[in-house]
Amino acid sequence: MSQSVCIISTCAPYSGQSAREALDAVLVCASYDLPATLLLMGDGVFQLLKGQDSQQIPRKNLSAMLQVLPLYGIEAIHVDETSLLERGLDFSEFCQVVTVLGRDELPLFISQHSKVLNF
Amino acid sequence: MKFALAVYGAPANSQAPQSALHFARALVAGGHEIVRLFFYQDGVNTATAIAQPPQDESDLPAQWQAFIQEQHLDAVVCIAAALRRGVVDQTEADRYQLPGSNLRDGYELSGLGQLVDAALTADRVVTFGA
Repeated sequence: MSQSVCIISTCAPYSGQSAREALDAVLVCASYDLPATLLLMGDGVFQLLKGQDSQQIPRKNLSAMLQVLPLYGIEAIHVDETSLLERGLDFSEFCQVVTVLGRDELPLFISQHSKVLNF
Repeated sequence: MKFALAVYGAPANSQAPQSALHFARALVAGGHEIVRLFFYQDGVNTATAIAQPPQDESDLPAQWQAFIQEQHLDAVVCIAAALRRGVVDQTEADRYQLPGSNLRDGYELSGLGQLVDAALTADRVVTFGA
């Protein structure tokens, strides 16, 4: 199998640094020309919400970082459908286009990568 | 088999560094190779030289250091995560004019690329504390 990395991010955008540091890992993979995909699961799906005003906290706006991923060759952000349903979220609330994966599709999706990094 | 271990939790608020140490010892005992240890996120606190746990509790930073030095392991601490959390070597302390340095001997500060590189080199990358 040629090398590729699936980065799974499960933390809400401003609960600690985990979401930010997961995105840093995505960008580093991209800078190594290594095929990388980002999969948001659990509270990680909150990273996609539109209208994040992190200046109030104050923190860097994470959704702005998500939106530059296509510039680094990360075309699609993948999202776990079950996590969305559990949190009552839907696409119209998202700051960008995503690919939604159903519970049955997740194992195959993850297994298509040679390495998985969990955050 | 070649393993890379990523540690994301700090000794004082996560079981991750303890579990990772147990796992690393088991790998060595089982004849496996550890190609790199990568300390990221709060895991960088494992590498501080100035934590002093109570005497009747295990001193995880000291145990990790001893293991790393005994086994001659490549132990990398993410520089960006470490600077953010106050774990610095003398070079960084000088660069940012900080009043002191606290990175234990046996560790090296380097970039997140070292995690990606380790993931590619190893047969398995195992994460603790995600």
